[in-house]
Amino acid sequence: MIEQEKNEVTENCGISRRGFLGLLGAGAATAAVVASTESDASMLGHKSDKKMGFQQSESQYEEALNNPPKIPNYDWNKHRWSYGVDVDRCIGCLRCMEACKAENSVQEDANHHRTWVERYVYLEGQDEAIVDSSADPKNIENVGSELHFRFDNRYEQEKVEKAFFVPKLCNQCDEPSCVQVCPTGATFKAMDGVVLIDTKYCFGCQYCVQACPYGVRSLNEQRGTAEKCNWCYHRITKGLNPACVEVCPTGSRVFGDLNDDNSPISQFIRNNKVTVLKSEMGNKPNLYYVGADKEVS
Amino acid sequence: MESVFEHVSSYVGYVYPNETEVPWTELIVIYPYITGLVAGAFVVSSLHHVFGIDRFKTISRFALLTALCFMFFAPVPLLFHLGQPTRAFEPIITPHWTSAMAAFGYVASFYVCLLLLEVWFAFREDIVRYSKSSKGFKQKIYQLLTLGSDDVSPKALEIDHKIARILAMVGIPGAMGLHGYVGFVFGSLKTREWWSSDLMPPIFLLSAVVSGVGLLIVLYIITSKHRKVTPSHEAMVGLKQVLWASLVIVLVFEGLELLEMVYKAREGIETVMALIRGPIWAGMTIQWGLSFFSLVVLSAMMIKNPTGKKFVGWLFACGLAMMIAVLAMRWNVVIGGQELSKTMKGLLTYHPLIVGRESLMTVLMLFIAPFVTLYFATQFLPPWDDSKSRAEGKHTSHH
Repeated sequence: MIEQEKNEVTENCGISRRGFLGLLGAGAATAAVVASTESDASMLGHKSDKKMGFQQSESQYEEALNNPPKIPNYDWNKHRWSYGVDVDRCIGCLRCMEACKAENSVQEDANHHRTWVERYVYLEGQDEAIVDSSADPKNIENVGSELHFRFDNRYEQEKVEKAFFVPKLCNQCDEPSCVQVCPTGATFKAMDGVVLIDTKYCFGCQYCVQACPYGVRSLNEQRGTAEKCNWCYHRITKGLNPACVEVCPTGSRVFGDLNDDNSPISQFIRNNKVTVLKSEMGNKPNLYYVGADKEVS
Repeated sequence: MESVFEHVSSYVGYVYPNETEVPWTELIVIYPYITGLVAGAFVVSSLHHVFGIDRFKTISRFALLTALCFMFFAPVPLLFHLGQPTRAFEPIITPHWTSAMAAFGYVASFYVCLLLLEVWFAFREDIVRYSKSSKGFKQKIYQLLTLGSDDVSPKALEIDHKIARILAMVGIPGAMGLHGYVGFVFGSLKTREWWSSDLMPPIFLLSAVVSGVGLLIVLYIITSKHRKVTPSHEAMVGLKQVLWASLVIVLVFEGLELLEMVYKAREGIETVMALIRGPIWAGMTIQWGLSFFSLVVLSAMMIKNPTGKKFVGWLFACGLAMMIAVLAMRWNVVIGGQELSKTMKGLLTYHPLIVGRESLMTVLMLFIAPFVTLYFATQFLPPWDDSKSRAEGKHTSHH
């Protein structure tokens, strides 16, 4: 795809000028990838004749790196962001994944995710859940695209005893393994609790990908640097919700500032018996779950 | 499923979606392997330099050159693996000290410097001699390498030996540290059940010695054949003993590690067992099969003390077998650890690429490079200390 077309596509998608993202390691893929995702054009309602890009163009990425926008009214010492997931509310519609991919220029395939949703199914008489995510090959085959997110209907003929969906994303741990193992210090914990990546320093060793207990990190092959969810840092620093929280139709995803007693997340933690995943790792996650089953890890 | 990006591994059960691209590939298999060969070769050279075990005198300098030539290439696989190789020096300039990896640049550079120094002291007498006996461009290089010091009086040589010994003494903890540290890079990762073991550093260390001694045995026998000399029986017996001893210890450690994992039987142990029976089955068979083969043969040779061609042949087989077994072990650890999903509910199967930046071809080239370098190094600085080399030495120094 030529540069002009690429710009046009991203303009159409309305995801241009998202400068700050670059600093945070926003992902993007090359034109080759954009071109290879035919027939996904209508996903976000764009008219881009088969060539639909979630991705920032290279020039946008450059600009984001070299001239990150200032956030004048934001003091990261005054916030303590936290996130909650109500498993019982999630219906597995996967709008959150779609929003995340588009908002954050995440690579357009089934192997790079900043957030995803897992489906746990107990069939009648079985003690263990069968787990899959939207990235499961069968689900992709069913939809026919790595960019349309939908669970298939594989249990239609089965007797299901119990089933639920579990959204996953970065836990922004208080003791993040990824920050501990990063040899360059490219990934760091901001004062407001979010773990960020400075893609100018990351050299792509993937030690952080190994170290994350929750599997939320991946490598952006095009940029040669690590990728992960940052709770839409470019949005939350402007007082907005992360994209996934914004689009969740059931209120399964909750976000807010722990410094504010009346924020949704403060109430969520106060009013529920919350749990975290893999507490035995000692990472002290900041992602709280309500209704997570024993099988969820 | 058509995968847009390179290299996606198939899986069974449930794995996190981001896990389908295995982060550390065959390049990270060859990296600890090459580092291990360095550590092993160095230990053998030190047995002579530090402990004065004379039976290793014949191969001590060759072992040193081997360690140096392999050490040159130890960091290269890492460079090929980086997503941003031009930033390779970032951790050296601005190290983030909580990272086990941050010290690598320092540890590796320190070790290269140490090896260079030790080689220089061990070969100084020869360098001075060649700087006088050779001609033309070659002479210029030798002269440069003398660093302006051509004093080869007994007193000066005694100082040389003393310094070389001290360097070797520093080098032993250096070599141990370098490889124990590689084990730590893996063993300290709590997220990977297959890696997260306190026994990982000693296992890496001892298997390093095993593979390094194996390499020396193989190289010594091949070069002896090439030079048409009989390998020193004394040296061969020494290598046999070191190989046997280190193999026994490493097998015990590896066995204990597996046993502990199975006995503790933490959540997901079924998946661990499935990993051994599944994706790394071939690797485990090669690793343990060849290890036991070598153990049996070496034990028999420890008892029967064979000599001559039979001894050379069997020892060669053991050396080669252990080189392959340790390579398989590196694969089983590095790739196997990543094939076991962090969910502990699924297994990936990694298939390496044949051609590409991160591929078997790159690995092959990176593995051949140290041998080629070593060949030229031995041409330039003949390390042999036997009757043939002495005869040749006399010939060349006769002026």
